[in-house]
Amino acid sequence: MHVPDGFLDAPTSIATGVVAVAGVAVALRGARKELDDRTAPLAGLVATFVFAAQMINFPVAGGTSGHLLGGVLAAVLAGPCTAVLCISVVLLVQSLLMADGGVTALGTNITLMGLVGVAVGWLVFKALITVLPRTKASVPPAAAVAALVSVPVAALAFTALFAIGGTAPVETGKVLTAMVGWHVVIGLGEAVITFLVVGAVVASRPDLVHGARHLHSADDLEIRKAAA
Amino acid sequence: MGAGHGHRLFFHGHSVVHRAPAHLKLVALVVFMLLVVATPHAWWAAFGGYLLVLLAVIAVSRVPVTYIVRRMVVEVPFVLFAILMPFISTGPRIDVLGVSVSEPGLIAAGGFLAKATLGVIASLTLASTTEPVDLLRGLRTLRMPDQIVQIMSFMIRYLDVVTDEMRRMVVGMRSRGCDPRSPRHWPALARTLGALFIRSYERGERVHLAMLARGYDGTMPASDR
Repeated sequence: MHVPDGFLDAPTSIATGVVAVAGVAVALRGARKELDDRTAPLAGLVATFVFAAQMINFPVAGGTSGHLLGGVLAAVLAGPCTAVLCISVVLLVQSLLMADGGVTALGTNITLMGLVGVAVGWLVFKALITVLPRTKASVPPAAAVAALVSVPVAALAFTALFAIGGTAPVETGKVLTAMVGWHVVIGLGEAVITFLVVGAVVASRPDLVHGARHLHSADDLEIRKAAA
Repeated sequence: MGAGHGHRLFFHGHSVVHRAPAHLKLVALVVFMLLVVATPHAWWAAFGGYLLVLLAVIAVSRVPVTYIVRRMVVEVPFVLFAILMPFISTGPRIDVLGVSVSEPGLIAAGGFLAKATLGVIASLTLASTTEPVDLLRGLRTLRMPDQIVQIMSFMIRYLDVVTDEMRRMVVGMRSRGCDPRSPRHWPALARTLGALFIRSYERGERVHLAMLARGYDGTMPASDR
């Protein structure tokens, strides 16, 4: 869910905006390493994919529905820095062209969903991948756990921002319970879909999955001399 | 971008608001919204003033008010939250229509609703009077990093291509008796999304090669209309 205008006060919005700008600047440097000069077209298409995947709603409890956030999915498939850029651009387009998510809350949304969501998810994924056996089969479960963790952590980060700069006199404890409880449910949906999608891509095109790249380095091509 | 490819919210027109440089509109939107967000909750007159300013801009732009109002549905979830706010807030309670609610919560809900509504109307006004090409040029004028503008331009260019591709896949699934909303069919849905990712990524690779073939050197040529 996108934070709208007026939910957090102006100083907090500006501060998260500064954080977002710094984070995106770091991601821009990193993405050049992940994708070299293919960054613009590939990140653009991955961003479009994330946007399209977000259009699919899944039912959550009580007749409401949630949708994929896609941060961890994009990070595992295309690399963490590319994912930060993709999520940020998706949020930028949604806020400027679709009035979805406030313009002053853009920094907050990028910080929460782009930076916190992707960074936490990617760290969890990396940690699991080093622990789990080096096979293709361990990539989807690691991605799923990363997705499951990243969504409530982003909600936790939102609660912290709300405690600092929230404009409603609601007890922080209540916000915490509601936000984290709700996002654990959304995180479960996110985890299942991330697991299945990463599994599907790993099965057919493992070479495209950034999070599975460490698996092919072993089988590089080599030049052998033909027997004379 | 070819003719007739305005995005979904764009309302074709030739008013002063439509013709104003996009970077000025962007700066105006951000400054206006920061002002709105910084306004204390109970200054109702100020919010009324802001609304009048927005309505005046919409009137000058000749975008029908009903066009804007119909697209304000994105705000609905926050309205629900705002209705909940007086009940869960702390502070002294007052009776409204026989129901006990928190007074500061009620004021905060009103202020939040006013700010969020103004935000949605202001963003819709920008979106309905600015074409994506102009928006991108405006962002570039405002020194947005070139890579971000390029990524955004690719996203806008291929938005309809990729979403249409997904829509066709979902139609194909539905016609074979699959319901993408039901968790029982998530494995099929996930394979569809996986295929969509591979198709999008490969499209990106093809686009990149096509760009290289046309002399791409890392910067996009300036597009004049």
